[in-house]
Amino acid sequence: MILAKVLGNIVATQKNARYDDARIMLCEHITPEGEPTGHTVLALDSVDAGVGDTVLIVQEGWGASTSATGKPGAAIDSAIVGVVDHIDLLKNETT
Amino acid sequence: MIIARIVGTVVASQKDARLEGKKLLIVRPVNLDGTDTSGYVVAVDTVGAGFHERVLVVAGSSARLAQNMKDAPVDAAIVGVIDTVDVHLTDS
Amino acid sequence: MQLARVIGTVVATMKNPSLEGRKLLIIQSLNKDLAPQGKPLVAIDAAGAGVGELVFWCRGKEASFPFKREDTPTDCTIIGIVDSDKHVTSS
Repeated sequence: MILAKVLGNIVATQKNARYDDARIMLCEHITPEGEPTGHTVLALDSVDAGVGDTVLIVQEGWGASTSATGKPGAAIDSAIVGVVDHIDLLKNETT
Repeated sequence: MIIARIVGTVVASQKDARLEGKKLLIVRPVNLDGTDTSGYVVAVDTVGAGFHERVLVVAGSSARLAQNMKDAPVDAAIVGVIDTVDVHLTDS
Repeated sequence: MQLARVIGTVVATMKNPSLEGRKLLIIQSLNKDLAPQGKPLVAIDAAGAGVGELVFWCRGKEASFPFKREDTPTDCTIIGIVDSDKHVTSS
């Protein structure tokens, strides 16, 4: 899983049926120190994440699909599966 | 699988119910000589690994095949704590 | 699938029970000229390979198929040993 910060969401009316009622969140990949990496990803929300939250994103089809829609087999490869409360880094572990 | 080093932990209380009770660790892949690579991944611990230990990390859907990980939405799992790494051939 | 050279071994006593008894080897993937490509990886052995041998390996969930496929967490498995370096031909 990766850590990311929720920047916002996107709205798409015309989309795959399995995405109905899904919240498609625009997220930026971050380092464990919280620095943005500049890489933007989309992920379906399954835990009521909000803008500004640091989140955990699973990037695997089955897990993402079941988290976001309750069933496997959708064309979904990323889902937010947790809102991060805090990150503890060991001493001297900054990049 | 990759060899990685544990560098931190993640706490998330608002999460997918199938992640309840699972320990989330930040691991950084290392080279065979023990030096760090760039990047990191958040992995679920299945073996009780401790800080600074070198571990084996399995990625992708295979991570769900580890014991106690069935039906969990994860893409990386720590499946072993490394005792030794022996490299016999340095240039292949 | 990719060609690789087995370059070392890994010992891990404390591991997920689904990996008990499995041999862990370090492999370096190779290109068509048998030159290294990419970083070394840790693989589970399904072919009886040893250090120094030229092998080929499979990535992804399919890597668990040689074993109890629903119970073996591996994303990298050695599935065959190439007879010799000379048995790799490319034009």
